[in-house]
Amino acid sequence: MKMKSWVKSGDPWIWMIGGALGISLIMVVGLLTLIAVRGFAHFWPSPLIETTVTLEDGGTRQILGEVVEEETLPAQRIREAGTEVPEDAVLVTRYLFKIGNRELNARDFVWHLESAISEWRYPEAATMLERRKGGNFYGYPRRLEYDGETVAQGDVLWPELQAMIESKSELASEIERIEDREIGRINKALEELRLIERGLDFNNVVGPERVEAMADVDARRAELNADYDVLRRDRIRLQEEARRGALVLETASGDEAVIDVVDIIKASRNNAMGLGGKLAFYGGNIKDFLTGFPREANTEGGIFPAIFGTVTMVLIMSVLVTPFGVLAAIYLREYATQGPVLKAIRVSVYNLAGVPSIVFGVFGLGFFVYLMGGSIDALFFPERLPAPTFGTPGLFWASLTLALLTLPVVIVSTEEGLARIPRTIREGSLALGATKWETLWKVVIPLSAPAMMTGLILAVARAAGEVAPLMLVGVVKLAPSLPVDGEFPYVHLERKIMHLGFHIYDVGFQSPNVEAARPLVYATALTLVLLILILNLTAISIRNRLREKYRSQGD
Amino acid sequence: MNDTTGTKDPIPVSAGSFQHSRNRLRIQDEKICIETRDLNLFYGKDQALKGINMQIPQNRVTAFIGPSGCGKSTLLRCFNRMNDLIDICRIEGEILIEGQDIQAREVDVAEHRRRVGMVFQKPNPFPKSIFENVAYGLRLQGVNDKRKLAEVVESSLRAAALWDEVKDRLDDNAFGLSGGQQQRLIIARAIAIEPEVVLLDEPCSALDPISTAKVEELIIELKEKYTIVIVTHNMQQAARVSDFTAYMYMGELVEFEDTAHLFTNPKRQATEDYITGRYG
Repeated sequence: MKMKSWVKSGDPWIWMIGGALGISLIMVVGLLTLIAVRGFAHFWPSPLIETTVTLEDGGTRQILGEVVEEETLPAQRIREAGTEVPEDAVLVTRYLFKIGNRELNARDFVWHLESAISEWRYPEAATMLERRKGGNFYGYPRRLEYDGETVAQGDVLWPELQAMIESKSELASEIERIEDREIGRINKALEELRLIERGLDFNNVVGPERVEAMADVDARRAELNADYDVLRRDRIRLQEEARRGALVLETASGDEAVIDVVDIIKASRNNAMGLGGKLAFYGGNIKDFLTGFPREANTEGGIFPAIFGTVTMVLIMSVLVTPFGVLAAIYLREYATQGPVLKAIRVSVYNLAGVPSIVFGVFGLGFFVYLMGGSIDALFFPERLPAPTFGTPGLFWASLTLALLTLPVVIVSTEEGLARIPRTIREGSLALGATKWETLWKVVIPLSAPAMMTGLILAVARAAGEVAPLMLVGVVKLAPSLPVDGEFPYVHLERKIMHLGFHIYDVGFQSPNVEAARPLVYATALTLVLLILILNLTAISIRNRLREKYRSQGD
Repeated sequence: MNDTTGTKDPIPVSAGSFQHSRNRLRIQDEKICIETRDLNLFYGKDQALKGINMQIPQNRVTAFIGPSGCGKSTLLRCFNRMNDLIDICRIEGEILIEGQDIQAREVDVAEHRRRVGMVFQKPNPFPKSIFENVAYGLRLQGVNDKRKLAEVVESSLRAAALWDEVKDRLDDNAFGLSGGQQQRLIIARAIAIEPEVVLLDEPCSALDPISTAKVEELIIELKEKYTIVIVTHNMQQAARVSDFTAYMYMGELVEFEDTAHLFTNPKRQATEDYITGRYG
């Protein structure tokens, strides 16, 4: 009886509803916490540990590095894997050390059993070098050389090293500027001349006209080649300058290694850093990650091109999908005759939202890239063929494919917004002598703008997180240039882009160095989640502003 | 209506201009503005209006009364062709305004609605400023001259007895006004484009008594310039503001007389039952 009245009171249902909400919250929060903890932890300067490892053959080896992971396993499993474990051990703990120094060690990540490791030491002089290529280097700096002569050692070594890293970094960026910008500009101009020449062939220009044109082309080409020679000499001179200056280090095992200072990005003595230093270093790492370009097959460096590509693509997608979706919804809701045909169309549109995204990718590749892009090339860029301009995956096609993918979302929410506008408001406008179009344009559309924004928010969230179709229509693991730059026409819709979602996939599953890539997966995932959050918050604040502006009594 | 249920006496006719001129108004003496001839209206198969023949005089207030669903709003909406918006609605017969058939093919609906303004049951301001709400109709006609707009907005708001309350906040959103103010704003919006006829569809049903009194006062003033047709559930209201009253029942026009006469001396038993509260 008591039970019955308890059920009747509705309490069990409230518990059930609350429980469902609780479980959902726990899952979401758990996911975000995992990503955030792992993602943020990657940038913290971890202590450098020196220790002695007893090898299986009885010998010993000194190692220096960071502990990346710790795990406790049943001894049986380790034994089966072929590693010797003391007879009486049931559980063993092992550590994954990142010891870097790829040119000296066979592997830069190694597992060692706890029982084989002697006590841990944290030498203050231990230094971690982040390098442009070859990954991290761990060792003890001994002296700084310039042209083979020692210029600093002992106490002055550290400040001298930092100063030299800075000046060499400037040289390196100067070299990069020459390579990318100056030589790139000349290459582009040469390519244009080649296209002019081909254009002459194409249009059958002969006789004196051709001679004249060719003379012009040849003159400009000679000029460019002369420019190129100057730049090449500059570059060689700078490179030679950059190569002078090397750091001599002693590794944990006592070997000596020489590293060009120009290859060093950052040198840090993690064990000697105070909390302030660590925080500054941490901030610097995050900044480098967000604004830097990837290195070493994406396993090192930053993800700026991926962030930039994602944002650009989502923005272009929004610009494409909003007008199409809104116009389609207005026609469906306001003008089309309600009947079986319209019902069929509506069902089709709604179902489009459920089509697997890879199908859109295939469609985008077949229709947009090959058919539309191919036609554009044939019509406007015939002299560049067979090298395609638009007939190849690129930013615009990726945005268009995503626009198609998110179209149903925008249509559905716009339609719902239009349906919610009270009839009396429309009648009020019509009664003042407005035509249907004027009523729509002046009253109904402004009032349903928040609903359109809701559609756009959902579309942005979906588009920013989509990966599968993008692999087919324009996203690559490493794009040579950003889709927006200072060169006319500034936004290069035909360029391939990098994308955070694809970057996660690429780093996590296609990378040659799994251990080095794992923290980057979390960090990139965290960035993607935060980026979507920022995009959504922006859209939501716009929507709220619109709501405030067009607040009607119904709301 | 609830408040009249149980009352056996005829409703005292207390206001309305006919009181000042004691003479009985006769429809034959009036200049006719709207006329319907054998008007039948169907929603699909249901007939909502049955053979309505009626003449509505110019510059007078004509009230439609009757129980819910009797077709009074439907009839009102015929006069500015609002029923066009309903797909299944079909109209037979003629509606003449100033002698012109408004159902004729050559009539431009938007143009026609400019001549016949309408105020709805619930205030329905647009999500714009007070100023823009009143200027809406003029802007539709292509008037964009700021001075002209300001002039018309002021005179319309004055005519709607709202000017003093809103003159300092014309740029505020119209939703910030109270219900009664909103309804007067809607009236100002309707008269800003100077229609010939103003249709009021239960304009006070969502308002409190004080706002109702203000709107009623306004209606009586407005008839100097406009022909006014008002649908109301409230018989006291009909008695207070109207010159002529039509009692409708089940889609038929039961009785149409000058208000004083209809309320004091109804010809038909059905009308008397309704106004004395025996029915409805």
